[in-house]
Amino acid sequence: MNDQLITQDGWLLPVVSEDSVAFWEGTRAHKLLIQTCANCEAMRFPPRPMCPKCRSLDCKWVESCGTGTIWSFVIAHPPLLDAYAKVSPYNVIVVALDDDRLIRLVGNLVDSPGATLGSLSPGKVEIGARVKVSFDRLNDEFTLPRWTLI
Amino acid sequence: MSSQVSIQDRCAIVGIAETKFAKNLEGSEKKLAVQVIRDALEDAGIDPSEVDGLSSYTMETTAEVEIAKNLGMGDISFFSQIAYGGGGGCATIGHLAMAIATGQANVGVAWRSRKRGSGPRPWSAANVGLPTPLEWTRPFGLLRPADEIGILTRRYMYEFGATRDHLANVALACRKHANMNPRAMMYERTMTRDDYMNSRWISEPLCLFDNCLETDGALAAVIVSSERAKDCKNPPVFIHSFGQGFRKESHTMVNYWCEDPMMGPAFACANQLWKNSEIQPDDIDVAQIYDAFTTLIPLSLEGYGFCKKGEGASFTENGAIELGGRLPINTSGGGLSEAYVHGFNLINEGVRQMRGTSTAQVPQAKSCLVTSGEGVPTSAVVFRRD
Repeated sequence: MNDQLITQDGWLLPVVSEDSVAFWEGTRAHKLLIQTCANCEAMRFPPRPMCPKCRSLDCKWVESCGTGTIWSFVIAHPPLLDAYAKVSPYNVIVVALDDDRLIRLVGNLVDSPGATLGSLSPGKVEIGARVKVSFDRLNDEFTLPRWTLI
Repeated sequence: MSSQVSIQDRCAIVGIAETKFAKNLEGSEKKLAVQVIRDALEDAGIDPSEVDGLSSYTMETTAEVEIAKNLGMGDISFFSQIAYGGGGGCATIGHLAMAIATGQANVGVAWRSRKRGSGPRPWSAANVGLPTPLEWTRPFGLLRPADEIGILTRRYMYEFGATRDHLANVALACRKHANMNPRAMMYERTMTRDDYMNSRWISEPLCLFDNCLETDGALAAVIVSSERAKDCKNPPVFIHSFGQGFRKESHTMVNYWCEDPMMGPAFACANQLWKNSEIQPDDIDVAQIYDAFTTLIPLSLEGYGFCKKGEGASFTENGAIELGGRLPINTSGGGLSEAYVHGFNLINEGVRQMRGTSTAQVPQAKSCLVTSGEGVPTSAVVFRRD
């Protein structure tokens, strides 16, 4: 629902749909919320209108414990969009959440809470590492979840 | 099975054509498309006015009405477009075979025309329109297809002990075949294992040579009933079997949110493909396997049943996927070393193998598997000849 796709600094912003508004409201309040079926309690991601297990249209948003394990990652090198190229090489990780190992979030490992993309030396990332969520404010509307080593 | 309507061997490819492949070709995608369709019909010996079926990719920029009016076609009775980028290639052939086998059309043309060599990289637009759940990936810097497949590659290596040497086996096999093919963009460029290992990173664990080429080019194929094919100039290449598929909880490219991301759309497509096929994986003489990235080869070898899950990387050892090996793949050089035109060059090379006219011909090849993009909802065909 945001028309803006990119910040003044050149960072891409999430293109929010009605299915995901609650997720981004959550991160703005420094909460990692996962869509959960109000009928059968199954968590699901990415957000969608219907629960694929019981077909209920009723959902709630449950705060994640905020910890997980690195499932996989890449180290991105140019060519990249300008803002990203400037901080490259940087990691992109996929985190399997402790709440439900099939909920896997794409994110970045950073060297401390609040630190930005590319702040961690690429050699420090490995599959299986334990991580914890932190939050990085991009602008008034968007705060991205990022991750630090536990 | 006997009461079931089947397309098995009911239709054949009787004409193919392609433009040159280059980083930059003159003319619009439309112009390249109509030129190559005209040439494919010439190869078949069929007048364009007889065409009544058209199939292409949703990413195609030239609409069917434009194609038909340029080529002076008459009434069109069947037209379809298949989504998901490179996953749709073999489905253009399969949809036409279904249409012709069921009497919805008589002469079908499938094509792909793309100026990806001289045009922009799709990911470089801020509002990129690829059908991925971008909201959950791009803001974190997972920007390009190489990043998306890089994630799966790293996990694949971790789970199954695959190494960069295995990925190099794929890159080197495709390059070796391209070096035999004067039409290939990499015809004159040899590659050694050291060249591969020393090339620059794009998205670790993927290096430059794990990525396909960037190509301007267009290709087309003409399909008719097997009955009609007897009267055409070229020996018929029968469409023996066709499959399309994606699995439960599939996503496009960023297929991380399902029970087992190491089992991609190929597994679903393969079920359908082999179910209606008298030719099984062990019988296949040669294969053209979609190779936008080297990783897609081991994943597809597993998905299409040439080996067990997790064994795709070791399958590539000892020259098994090179000419003379257990299963030669991508005998024109594939997307990695001939041209990247969303895999339509794999279809045409499959036809050449069945005609016996490939520049890396597998002796006495009687069956060829062609697959489309893995990691996206996909499709595949089995070709055979008499």
